[in-house]
Amino acid sequence: MRLIDAAQLDDIALGAAVLGTGGGGDPYIGKLMAQHSIRKCGPVQLISVDDVPDDALVACSAMMGAPTVMLEKIPSGDEIVNAFKALESYLGKSLFATMSAEAGGLNSSTPFSVAAELGIPLVDADLMGRAFPEIQMVTATLYGIAATPMAIADEKGNHCIINTFNNHWTETFARTIAVDMGCSAFISLFVMTGAQLREAAVAGTISVVESIGKTTRAAHAAHIDPVEAVRAATAGHVIWKGKIADLDRRTETGFARGTARIDGVDEYEGRTLEIDFQNEFLIARSGDSVMATTPDLITVLDAEAGNAITTESLRYGYRVVVLGMPCDPRWRTKEGIELAGPRYFGYDLDYVPIEERVGAIV
Amino acid sequence: MSLRIGIDVGGTNTDAVLMRGNEVIAKIKTPTTEDVTSGITTALNHVLGVSNTRTSDIAGVMIGTTHFTNAVVERRRLQPTAAVRLGLPATAALPPMVDWPEDLAETLGRHTYLCHGGHEFDGREISKFDPDEIKAAAADIKAKGIQAIAVSSVFSPVNQDMEKQAAEILEAEVPGSSVTISSEIGRIGLLERENAAILNACLRKLAKDTVTAFKRAIGELGIEAPLYLTQNDGTLMSGDFAELYPVLTFASGPTNSMRGAAFLSGLKDAMVVDVGGTTADIGALTHGFPREASVAVDIGGVRTNFRMPDVYSFGLGGGSLVRQDPLRVGPQSVGYRLTKEALVFGGDTLTTSDIAVAAGIADFGDREKVADLDKLLISDTIDLIQAMTEAAVDRMKTSAADVPVIVVGGGSVLISRPVAGASEMVKPPHFEAANAVGAAIAQISGEVDRVYSLEGLTREQALDDAKGEATNRAIEAGADPKTVTIVDVEDVPLAYLPGNATRIRVKAVGDLTLNA
Repeated sequence: MRLIDAAQLDDIALGAAVLGTGGGGDPYIGKLMAQHSIRKCGPVQLISVDDVPDDALVACSAMMGAPTVMLEKIPSGDEIVNAFKALESYLGKSLFATMSAEAGGLNSSTPFSVAAELGIPLVDADLMGRAFPEIQMVTATLYGIAATPMAIADEKGNHCIINTFNNHWTETFARTIAVDMGCSAFISLFVMTGAQLREAAVAGTISVVESIGKTTRAAHAAHIDPVEAVRAATAGHVIWKGKIADLDRRTETGFARGTARIDGVDEYEGRTLEIDFQNEFLIARSGDSVMATTPDLITVLDAEAGNAITTESLRYGYRVVVLGMPCDPRWRTKEGIELAGPRYFGYDLDYVPIEERVGAIV
Repeated sequence: MSLRIGIDVGGTNTDAVLMRGNEVIAKIKTPTTEDVTSGITTALNHVLGVSNTRTSDIAGVMIGTTHFTNAVVERRRLQPTAAVRLGLPATAALPPMVDWPEDLAETLGRHTYLCHGGHEFDGREISKFDPDEIKAAAADIKAKGIQAIAVSSVFSPVNQDMEKQAAEILEAEVPGSSVTISSEIGRIGLLERENAAILNACLRKLAKDTVTAFKRAIGELGIEAPLYLTQNDGTLMSGDFAELYPVLTFASGPTNSMRGAAFLSGLKDAMVVDVGGTTADIGALTHGFPREASVAVDIGGVRTNFRMPDVYSFGLGGGSLVRQDPLRVGPQSVGYRLTKEALVFGGDTLTTSDIAVAAGIADFGDREKVADLDKLLISDTIDLIQAMTEAAVDRMKTSAADVPVIVVGGGSVLISRPVAGASEMVKPPHFEAANAVGAAIAQISGEVDRVYSLEGLTREQALDDAKGEATNRAIEAGADPKTVTIVDVEDVPLAYLPGNATRIRVKAVGDLTLNA
């Protein structure tokens, strides 16, 4: 167990943007809210998955909706705590701890608000090891753990409890409600015992994002290329260098979707990379060659500063480096690829691990 | 051949250059005066006089100024400002100015008002706009004697009606007030857009006074050429426009000096250190243009989302105060009062200029006045200035490799030794007037901000149309057609309007063609 205070949230947010693969929301707002809660209520106890008793119950806390919306419609601050309390009240039991459902992006820091405000521990783990756009895309689904009962709350004081037959249905209903709630809602879900958690979660990911954040900061201080520092810290591969030439984005069915076109520079000169996104970067292609696909991580870094750029912050003219990074091994199983591979998102492409793709492209 | 005058009004000095084409034919550096006007008049008289130029031959006067940035950095001449935000019950977690530096928020007074209103992403209302709530806020603002007001509303770039309604009520209820609405300044991102609106609001009075002074100075000399101010991106805006939107000049100082440094040195890739009277700015040139910041840019510690050059500013200039026990340089500066308050000019304030004269690396004022300064103090201060500069250059470097360093600006005499990490040190001709040269060569832009219906029109066709229109507007505004390029494209889908509507913003820029 260790204590996390407001200052450490800066590193967590910086590193979380890298695992956010362009989505998961700009961690800035989530960080400010978490820091606000910590300053008000005191530091948060970060505990390991091994510190959770076998039969104790834990639930994830998260923001659900389109990240671009939350940059504009900032929360009231009560939503996420209300969702957690509504779930406890429905269960008729109190929950031992909360945790992150996705360590990439703003949902690395949103659960800190719940932990601080309610004085409960936060488990050092998540259910993705990255960010994904849909609720069922978590390692817990691979272990048959239900997303529901789930609570979803908005800033107006509304909340709903959802019970579904499987996690795909949870996504369907919750997404509709989130859109009605203005495309930015807060949820509490995936109630698990300590025993289930140890089997299904990606352990230690909050510490991982904190260490990526620290590494990036240290690279700046020492004038080591921060892009290379991030690549090394994530076991990633450089798949492109270039300049943003065009952005086609739209907010539809509750997601920020679109395509970024990046004109190559240096060894990529004369070619264009297209990256499709649905909240997160999904597929990176140049002409006929596929450079990287989900569930591996695709991250766009500022070529100079090395900070990860989210899809909503991409701007015409930015100079960037694109990294491909290997995902948690459980995403590479047959079930994992079915749940979050290219075909799930409607691409007629086979998943090939990034290490093999990089080896194949000369 | 047409002539143009570039003027840089800094906190300490006013620089002017008269340019014919690419040639600097006259230049002067003169202290910025308290009334601003007389300093500009002196500068204009000089460049016109020495070059024997008739005022009717002048095709344009371009002014770049760090006046407004300095006001924010120094927390001076800022109006107490009320921030009215529409969005409750949303947004309560992070009220206006939540992430501001304490001292700046205190200077403006933390007069924040959270009201109902705002829109969802799809145009639905978050809650009803309540005129009585705005009137109550107005009554409080009036009672406090505040006249600068900023209004923000959730999703106002998509629907600005509520901001406009609130502004109407506030202007009517608070006599003499000036209201800045966020949708006219920034883009999506409530906190950053609101921050820009608040900064704009607190500067409006200073902007009116300053631009009026500029106009008076030019008018009194009988110059009829149009007055332009340079913006963040190195393009020009009219004087009238600048009075309303001073915030758009925030990065114009560094942009002008970097473009001027590139122009004067002929170097396209280098680090530029511009030492003025109050601050030093460091930025990187890539392919002859300032490197842009991709992350949110801090102005005086406040996060904004403008497109700005990636510049690091710190409080070192020719007018910076030197204080002892412990030894400190800046960030306070005597500014334009340098020639009255510095020791070498008979004043009683120890500044970096005094140290430079005492150390023998500069020669102005009366050297006798600093003859008694402690030798150790002189050498320690020079070392500290060098260390501050090296730390700043180091901070802006993104690799360990050495790069050329171009040193410009009037305060650059302070940097007397080669900077660690520089492959070469370049002081180009007219280095002290790089800002003014950058203003004189500033470009003209054309903008389109329009809602397109994508029914029967592809996004590409709509973008092409907007790009063509922006290019035409730049040409109509005086840009040379051969030089016009598109520098900014942004489209915001408006999901709430029928017919798949999208708001497209395009900016085109080109060199100003001057025919006089």
